[in-house]
Amino acid sequence: MRRGLRPGDLVSGIAALVALFALLPVGFVIWITIQTGWETATALVFRPRVGELLVNTVLLEACTIPLTIILAVALAWLTERTDLPGARIWSWLAVAPLAVPAFVHSYAWVSLAPGLHGLFAGVLVSVIAYFPFLYLPVSAQLRRLDPAIEDAATSLGLGPWAVFRRVVLPQLRLAICGGSLLIGLHLLAEYGLFVMIRFDTFTTAIVDQFQSAYNGPAANMLAGVLVVCCLFLLGLEILIRGNERYARVGSGAARMAIKRRLGPATWLCLLLPAVTTALALGVPFVTLTRWLVAGGAEIWRWPAISAALVQTFALALAGAALTTLAAAPMAWLSVRAPGRLQRILEGCYYYVGSLPGVVIALALVTVTVRVALPLYQTFATVLMAYMLMFLPRALIGLRTSIAQAPVELERVAMALGRTPFQAVCQTTMRLAAPGVAASMALVGLGITTELTATLMLAPNGTRTLATEFWSLTSEIDYAAAAPYALMMVLWSLPLTVMLYAQSKRAAGR
Amino acid sequence: MILLGVQDVSKRYGPVVALDRIDLSVPAGSRTVIVGPSGSGKTTLLRIIAGFEVPDAGRITLDGEVLADGPHVVPAHRRGIGFVPQDGALFPHLSVARNIGFGLDRAMPGRDARILDLMDMVELDRKMLDRRPHELSGGQQQRVALARALARKPRLMLLDEPFSALDAGLRETMRKAVAKVLQAAGITAILVTHDQAEALSFADQVAVLRDSRLAQVGAPQDIYRHPADRKTAEFLGDTIVLSADLRDGWAECRLGRVAVDAPARRGKAEIMLRPEQVQLVQAGPEVGEAEAHGCYGQVTDVEFAGAVCMVAVSLLIPSGAAANAAMSGAPLMIRSLSNDLPPVGSRVRITVTGKAHVFEA
Repeated sequence: MRRGLRPGDLVSGIAALVALFALLPVGFVIWITIQTGWETATALVFRPRVGELLVNTVLLEACTIPLTIILAVALAWLTERTDLPGARIWSWLAVAPLAVPAFVHSYAWVSLAPGLHGLFAGVLVSVIAYFPFLYLPVSAQLRRLDPAIEDAATSLGLGPWAVFRRVVLPQLRLAICGGSLLIGLHLLAEYGLFVMIRFDTFTTAIVDQFQSAYNGPAANMLAGVLVVCCLFLLGLEILIRGNERYARVGSGAARMAIKRRLGPATWLCLLLPAVTTALALGVPFVTLTRWLVAGGAEIWRWPAISAALVQTFALALAGAALTTLAAAPMAWLSVRAPGRLQRILEGCYYYVGSLPGVVIALALVTVTVRVALPLYQTFATVLMAYMLMFLPRALIGLRTSIAQAPVELERVAMALGRTPFQAVCQTTMRLAAPGVAASMALVGLGITTELTATLMLAPNGTRTLATEFWSLTSEIDYAAAAPYALMMVLWSLPLTVMLYAQSKRAAGR
Repeated sequence: MILLGVQDVSKRYGPVVALDRIDLSVPAGSRTVIVGPSGSGKTTLLRIIAGFEVPDAGRITLDGEVLADGPHVVPAHRRGIGFVPQDGALFPHLSVARNIGFGLDRAMPGRDARILDLMDMVELDRKMLDRRPHELSGGQQQRVALARALARKPRLMLLDEPFSALDAGLRETMRKAVAKVLQAAGITAILVTHDQAEALSFADQVAVLRDSRLAQVGAPQDIYRHPADRKTAEFLGDTIVLSADLRDGWAECRLGRVAVDAPARRGKAEIMLRPEQVQLVQAGPEVGEAEAHGCYGQVTDVEFAGAVCMVAVSLLIPSGAAANAAMSGAPLMIRSLSNDLPPVGSRVRITVTGKAHVFEA
């Protein structure tokens, strides 16, 4: 019998192709460094300007991440483990800032206090915009912890504070590491937030360079340094996280944790979520309302707004479909045929998602200009950038839903005369449909508020909600920008609700 | 000497009464088992003694020191009471050695040696020292949890269903091992379980908890043979309950004349026999003179279950002319060794050994 081409081979082939494509940005950085030549490269990298940016970046990360960890852990503990009045509402409010894109946060702050700038402002707005990324995993993990372990520590003579420090905190380590990494990468990648409060990072410098000199070697070398920063963060997280297991040992359902009585400290403790909410939701709400009221009917220029809405929706839908389609073979492989090669391929998908949009955009610009000029400044290139940026989101959602479809169904379908490809499509993929929808929503909502890559890659005349908002704020027309900010917030609300529900479900509640 | 005193302890969660005026004394050096069906409040009682929950009312004293007086309590970490939770609850982020040494002062001289001693004590291989909890079997995890709780030499050790997650064979080994370790260390222990066999085999003193109240407290043999009421009797093992007429220490019942444990009682009462008190002897088909004195029955069903099997027997009542005996009443379920099982349909003679228990009226 001849061994024909099995569907697994085809799927592996497609997955490998996508993985190869995902290597493009790093390949670009290496290639461009070689092409620039050692001397020019070192001259471009080792100069005071790069040193300045590096100091800024390190300071930003070193101030923002610890503050965010303290805030998120304190909030999570208050909402999950104490009798704080209205804990459920506070926990919703702690996730809600995610619905406000980071650059809308800084828009709100700048219009409230126009003098705000520099490191302090950068740290303040970053903490406010990104703390939900830590709050979500930490509170979910707190809910999952087996309280019996804390009881055991107490019976061994530890006071409440010592129990928290020696038993609870170490078990939160994975959640804290994961969340901090996410925030660290966002800080590296974010453009709009820092431009608005006039704080220079690698990303803002690259976009500046690009806008003045397109893909000159200076911008490319900065991108190289930025990639190194990303890889450094990824490695640091792996190092700190270690490969320890913190899962619950033993069987049976964990008992519910006892809520600690705050007693007279209640009012003091209420201050933390109240102030956080005022800063993270109150400020954007107040500013947006103020601009909307001040602007009146005049700022609702419907033709422009509806054009931006339609274009954003079309881009989001196309990008989401493309990304999900590209992630599907890998997702199927990682569930049905896990192995070493598959893990390496999957690693490519995750790494590219952690790269800043500006690097991906720069790589695509260079490649299209030099290799495939007809693709330069077309929607196809923008969509490819979206695909690379949001591959991990699609992969995670698809993988979990495929894992829930039993492989026996595929076999039964084949026994009933379907070809392997038909069998997968008609059983597993059908059952995974809700997961596909969720992945598409996650990707689509990410695209809606994407700014950097869209600015750099989209054809002239492209108007999305984010770019339109951006050009209006650049002209200091804050009132006219308000409707676009409002639309983006409304768009992002479903995503926020979904993330919140997911974290509750993950904790089994 | 009484080590732990629980007086009048009550606890409710909203409208649900979890514990209703519990009184319990635990003698020093003893092993007390609190047993009851699930939802009876036994874990709540244990958690109140440990200090994880606060009683609404009542007092708890340990060695004369008041631990709880109504809502005024000594916090759990200052009680010096050891606690072994259901699944062991090992710290997943620490090695075996660090789990065991968790409660020991880090600057304590001879700390490492103490940890090794503890491992020997619970018969854990010293090679396990650097293992992580998830690399251990269920039984090993329980041993680590026990060693960890023993490290601080507690006056009292609380065990919350420590064997329920283990499989049957291991459960018995662990039960014996734990009893031995506690005995050797001279530590008073309270164990909570829903398994009556475990309770009866582990305890010096059994406290039966039912519907949030203590139904009975006593030595295992005592409460097994002389349960306070029918529900307790049935919870602790199989029963044969018969109505009887009492006189002069004897009962007249369907099984004939049976000695009872309450010689002073007279008149109608319910008596209880444990199935192992009743023996079956195969009898010939012919009805002899002796018929009038003995009690006979016919086997209606045999349920084979290995060493000990259940035999259903319907009593034969001699009716006037002894030759025509009729079957009467619901069949008795009697345990019989499987090596001389009477076949279905055969006639058996039924005899009773020991005394029947008379329930309080």
